[in-house]
Amino acid sequence: MAYTLQGETGDWEVVIGLEVHAQVTSSAKLFSGAATEFGADPNTQVSFVDAGMPGMLPVINRYCVEQAVRTGLGLAAQINMTSVFARKNYFYADLPQGYQISQYELPIVGNGTLIIDMPDGTSKHIGIERLHLEQDAGKSLHDQHPSKSYIDLNRSGVALMEIVSKPDLRSPEEAGLYIAKLRSILRYLGTCDGNMQEGSLRCDANVSVRPKGSTELRTRCEIKNVNSIRFVQQAIEYEARRHIEVYEQGGTIDQETRLFDSGKGVTRSMRSKEHAHDYRYFPDPDLLPLVLDPAMVETIKAGLPELPDAKKERFIRDYGLSAYDAGVLVAERASADFFESVAKGRDSKLAANWVMGDFFGALNATGRTIEDPPVTAANLGMLVDLIKDGTLSGRLAKDVFALMLETGKDPATLIEEKGLKQVTDTGAIEAAIDAVMAANPDKVAEIKAGKDKLMGWFVGQVMKATQGKANPAMLNELLAKKIKG
Amino acid sequence: MSLDKSAVRSIAELARIEVPEEELDHLAGELSNILTFVEQLAEVNTDGVPPMTSVAAMALPMREDRVTDGGYPDGILANAPGAVVLRDSPQAPAQGGFFTVPKVVE
Repeated sequence: MAYTLQGETGDWEVVIGLEVHAQVTSSAKLFSGAATEFGADPNTQVSFVDAGMPGMLPVINRYCVEQAVRTGLGLAAQINMTSVFARKNYFYADLPQGYQISQYELPIVGNGTLIIDMPDGTSKHIGIERLHLEQDAGKSLHDQHPSKSYIDLNRSGVALMEIVSKPDLRSPEEAGLYIAKLRSILRYLGTCDGNMQEGSLRCDANVSVRPKGSTELRTRCEIKNVNSIRFVQQAIEYEARRHIEVYEQGGTIDQETRLFDSGKGVTRSMRSKEHAHDYRYFPDPDLLPLVLDPAMVETIKAGLPELPDAKKERFIRDYGLSAYDAGVLVAERASADFFESVAKGRDSKLAANWVMGDFFGALNATGRTIEDPPVTAANLGMLVDLIKDGTLSGRLAKDVFALMLETGKDPATLIEEKGLKQVTDTGAIEAAIDAVMAANPDKVAEIKAGKDKLMGWFVGQVMKATQGKANPAMLNELLAKKIKG
Repeated sequence: MSLDKSAVRSIAELARIEVPEEELDHLAGELSNILTFVEQLAEVNTDGVPPMTSVAAMALPMREDRVTDGGYPDGILANAPGAVVLRDSPQAPAQGGFFTVPKVVE
C-alpha cells in the first residue's frame, strides 16, 4: 500500500532523499595522524591540522580511501578512478579551518543501488546518487556555561563517507528500511561500525510533498543530524504534514535547513544556517586529485564478503527458509554466522525456529550479545539434534534450553543429569495410562459415553505422571486405543 | 564580468567582513576590474587541454592509518582566548580542555 497523507484538498505523497554520514572505521583521521577513538578527553585527539593552524597541510589516509571504495563496491556503485577534493566554505564555531574538505563535482563513488525489502515481501530498488569522502566537524557543548559554548575538536577531521540517495523513498517506513539496510551493509563490509548512539551514523533527510499522482518535485527542506531511525521517521512525517498545511493554506515552502526536536516531535528552522547555502566550493589547492590504482580496486573487490542480499538468497535456497526469516537472520553478520553454525548439517527450519525464537529471546532477556552468547551455537545445534532424533519432545527441549541458559552445560549432559529423556517405551507409557485410568473410572466412563473433551484431561494427567517426558504422539495414540478400544 | 552593489554586500557577509554601505560602490568597481583582468585568460583556446592541477607531476601522497599525532591539548589551546583547560593541579599537564566562544544556540 502506497503511503499517502490526507489533506483538506486531497491526497499527498511524500518524496524523501537521505544523506547518511557514516564514520569510517579508521584509527587516525582523514587528513591527520590524530586518533579517532570515541569518548576521549576534550581536545586531546587534535593535531595542528585538525585545529586549522596556519601552514598545516593535509595528507590523506590510505585506509579511508580504501574503505570508501569498498563501500562503493558493496553498493554496486560506479568507482571513479579520479576524484577531487573541494573546499566547502562556511563559518561555524566548530569548524576551525573555515571550510570543510569534501568532494563536490567529482566524488570517489558515483551511481549505485540499494535494495530494501518491504514487509509485504516485495522489494524496492533505491538509487544511490553518490558517496564522497569528507571531514567531520568538531563538537559544540551548549550546557557548560551560561553565556559560552564550549568547543571540542576531537571529532574535527574524522573521516566521513557521505552517502546520498536519490529522491526515491516514498514513506517514513521506506526511509527506516533504507537506513537499516545501509547500516547492515556497512557493518558487513566493516567500513563503519553503524553506531547511531555515538554518532558514527547520522542522517539528514530531504523532504518534500506533492499531490498524489503528480511527478513534480517541489521545494524540499533538509532536516539535519537525526540520530535514530525512529526519529528520522517521526521527523519526515512531521515535516510532510507541515508542508501540506502550508500549501493548503496557499503558502509556499522556503528551501531551508531544519532541526528535529525529538522531545517535542517537531522540526524547526535553523536560523544560523540562513546564509549557508552559498558554500563557494572550489578545488582544494592543498590536495592533488585522488587517482586510484586499478590493482587496489581489484584487490578490494576480490576481498568483499558475502553481503546481506546474497546471503539472504542463499539462506532461502539452501536452508529452505522463508524470505522473512532469512531477512531477520542476515540483518547482522554475527546472527547469520551463528545460525549457519547451528543449522549446518541439521534440520534448518527447526534450527531457524530455535535461533529466532528461544535463542533471540534469551539474548534479550540476558542482555547478552550474539558475539558473547548465553548458549553456544554448538550446544544449540546439539539440542536441535536431540529434538530431531526423538530424545526430547518440544516441551522438554524448552526445559532443557532453560537449564542450558542457567548452567552453560550442553544438552546431552543435562538430560543425563536430570533424567529428562523423553519416554518412547510403549510399555512405560501404557503403564502410566493404565494407572490414571484405574484411578479415574468415572471419567473413563464419561469418555466412553461420548465426552471427547476429557481426552485432553487424560493426556495432561499422564504427562504429569511422567514429568512431561512421555512422547506426545505415542501418548495420544495409545490413549485413544486404550480408552475407546 | 561586473559585480553590482548587492553582490558585493553578500560576498562581504559570507566572508564575515564588515563593509560600510558607502564603500560598496567603490568596492564593486574594484572587484569588477580584477575580474575583467583575470577574464583575459578566457581568450586562450583550451579545447582538449586537461585542467592542470599541479605544476609538479606527482600523485597524491598517502599516509598509513596510524595514530602519530595529537595528545597536546596545551599546545592546541595555547593561543585561544578564554580557553578552559582541565588539569588536576596548576603544575600538572592538561588532561584536556575546551575552546570557548559566545554561545551558539540553535
